[in-house]
Amino acid sequence: MKIKVLAFGISKDIFGASSVNLELANDATVYNLQYVLEQQYPRLQQLASYMVAINNEYALPGDTIHERDEIAIIPPVSGG
Amino acid sequence: MSTQIQISPDPLNIQSCIDWIMSPQSGGIDVFIGTVRNATKGKAVLRLEFEAYEPMALTEMEKIVKQAIEKWPVQKALVHHRTGVLQVGEVPVIIAVSAAHRAAAFEACRYIIDTLKQTVPIWKKEIFEDGEVWVAAHP
Repeated sequence: MKIKVLAFGISKDIFGASSVNLELANDATVYNLQYVLEQQYPRLQQLASYMVAINNEYALPGDTIHERDEIAIIPPVSGG
Repeated sequence: MSTQIQISPDPLNIQSCIDWIMSPQSGGIDVFIGTVRNATKGKAVLRLEFEAYEPMALTEMEKIVKQAIEKWPVQKALVHHRTGVLQVGEVPVIIAVSAAHRAAAFEACRYIIDTLKQTVPIWKKEIFEDGEVWVAAHP
């Protein structure tokens, strides 16, 4: 399946874009997504941490990604 | 119980937040105003840039306010956060809480700002004379 991954803050700098399109297996998990992203964008591994959000909620590594989900990379937050 | 949660690229209005939070039922209001500091770790900061993942940030702020309401007997709660470029002295965030008695207002206000900084997907970039850095991005 094709998915679109939104990027914010430093992850936007790492991707060089505010979103990237990826091809993932149909039953892919957050962990699988992170593996693919880190292969393509090794600088992600240098971050203090980062989370993945699915449909505006923080996701866990084992959560499954579905086509048309809104996926976002959440680097360490620093609002306020 | 009423709440007001907003993210805006426009300058925040402190007075209108206070006007909104005041009510005859309240015995006290607590207001936290975040401001852009002119230095970080001794290094001069020229300005900050804030970016939000808006729909998720609003959802997370609503969760935090709901938790505060569950933990303390507060009457009203407000969270306004700004995005975009902010100069030194400008206001990126206002939290306001009203309650019948001050302890609940103080504690809920502190809980909201402390938790916002940990979980709400908003990012700030510090701009220095010789470069810029996304705060907290790297260990």
